[in-house]
Amino acid sequence: MRKISSTQGDARIIVDGIGKTFVLRHTHSFKEAFIAVLRRKKISTVFKALDGVDFAVREGESVALLGFNGSGKSTLLKLISGVLKPDSGRVLTRGRVAGLIEVGAGFHPDLSGRENVFLNAAILGMSKREITERFDAIVEFSEIGEFIDTEVKHYSSGMFVRLAFSVAIHTELDILLVDEVLAVGDAPFREKCKAKIAELSSQGKTMLVVSHDIDMVTALCERGILLRHGNVVFDGEIDKAVSALRAQDV
Amino acid sequence: MSTAQAEAAGFVVPGRSRGIIDVFRFRYLLRLLVRKGILTRYHGSVLGWTWSYVKPAAQFLVFYFVFGIFLDLNRGIPAFPIYLFSGIIVINLFTEAFSNATKSIVDNAPLVKKIYLPRELFPAAAVIVAFVHFLPQLAILTVVCVFVGWIPTLVGIAGILTGALIIIVLATGLGLLFGAVNVSFRDAQNFVELILLFATWTSPVLYSWTMVRDVVEPWVLELYMLNPITSAVELFHEGFWAPLVDVSDRPPMLWLNAMLGLGLSLVLLFVGQLVFRRLEGRFAQDL
Repeated sequence: MRKISSTQGDARIIVDGIGKTFVLRHTHSFKEAFIAVLRRKKISTVFKALDGVDFAVREGESVALLGFNGSGKSTLLKLISGVLKPDSGRVLTRGRVAGLIEVGAGFHPDLSGRENVFLNAAILGMSKREITERFDAIVEFSEIGEFIDTEVKHYSSGMFVRLAFSVAIHTELDILLVDEVLAVGDAPFREKCKAKIAELSSQGKTMLVVSHDIDMVTALCERGILLRHGNVVFDGEIDKAVSALRAQDV
Repeated sequence: MSTAQAEAAGFVVPGRSRGIIDVFRFRYLLRLLVRKGILTRYHGSVLGWTWSYVKPAAQFLVFYFVFGIFLDLNRGIPAFPIYLFSGIIVINLFTEAFSNATKSIVDNAPLVKKIYLPRELFPAAAVIVAFVHFLPQLAILTVVCVFVGWIPTLVGIAGILTGALIIIVLATGLGLLFGAVNVSFRDAQNFVELILLFATWTSPVLYSWTMVRDVVEPWVLELYMLNPITSAVELFHEGFWAPLVDVSDRPPMLWLNAMLGLGLSLVLLFVGQLVFRRLEGRFAQDL
């Protein structure tokens, strides 16, 4: 294991030599496997999503993860949120982690907006008291208004996303993981979300953002980490990271 | 800095859970998940929870006429309807809890793939929802028993509670085991259906244990009586049926077998949890 210097004691996220490999099975039954063997086809392919990634994020820092599709950004976020486990290396986090990762995953269409708010806030780790305290703020931010007691399946997709996002953004957190969720909602709501994230950032929350929206990323983050084929190829100032990303674009 | 030192400094390794213990730490979330399960179960049906009464009643009628009247099984068993129904609800609880828990991880795939929370919560919530579903059936049985002059005994009540506990522990353990395997191999849920088919017939629900005793070797009978579901069914008979009738042919060492059954269920719970934890790391990528 790599030594972590004492200056990283104030880190919020430590990613230490992370490797993650996926085995993609091409056969799903004995029959298919048998035929594949007979025809000398490969039964599975090994795909290295991340290969020895190292970095630390200090408290209050806003970091953008950059890279093209398949470079390992989302896998990295899932490892930090604990959904996936690394094959090698380790991830350490300090404080409450909340993810704006595919908001609305826990929503049930047959329950009312109100019930979904409570259920999802609890899924994101909030206590009953915290949810009750913030309930009004969540509803207000979502602009759902009187529809809060309607079943979620009757919501328009915009309303659904606004409510889901509003729940996620109001969770108590120290570290916020953002993955491409801002591509949703209409323009005014998107602006509102960006403003809210900027506000959290100014409150000293630690942030790790995955987005292809370069303008937003440069406005929000001071540091960029560029990934390519599961390796860190650049780690530094956001402007330089963006130019490194653009230089890759050939 | 080692992981231990890091943890002392306030760091945690994301996604590491304490297993089934975490279910108690996440009580509030568990409560909401159970609530969701109950609210959405009969969503969109006009009769709603009435179905929880209609289904066991229909099941009871079929078994009563086929086994009691046509096959004439009720000659040997006094108060056969009560005997039958107290066994059926035990099997129903087991079937419901076990099969729901087995499917719980796959059913919650969107959550499991995107947000980390102790995954044991899903099978645990499934078992609790099954238990809530069992209560109306228990209520019907109690009402009927009272109607025909049932006077509960302390031992009988203890038997009912122990029987339900055995089923819950057993279904949770097996549910964790097969639920975890089901993520990668959907064969598990078909295999569970097979187990459930056997569960109905390898315990004295539709017939009496004496019919088994009369035809099999003693060691087979011993094995038969060690089945935790047999113990649970017999404990329900002890609680609801035995006080109503005058039978001398009660199974010997009922309580000893029940304790062994409970012990075996606890062992299975432990094994289920162990397997679940081993496979849990792959849930998000295999779903």
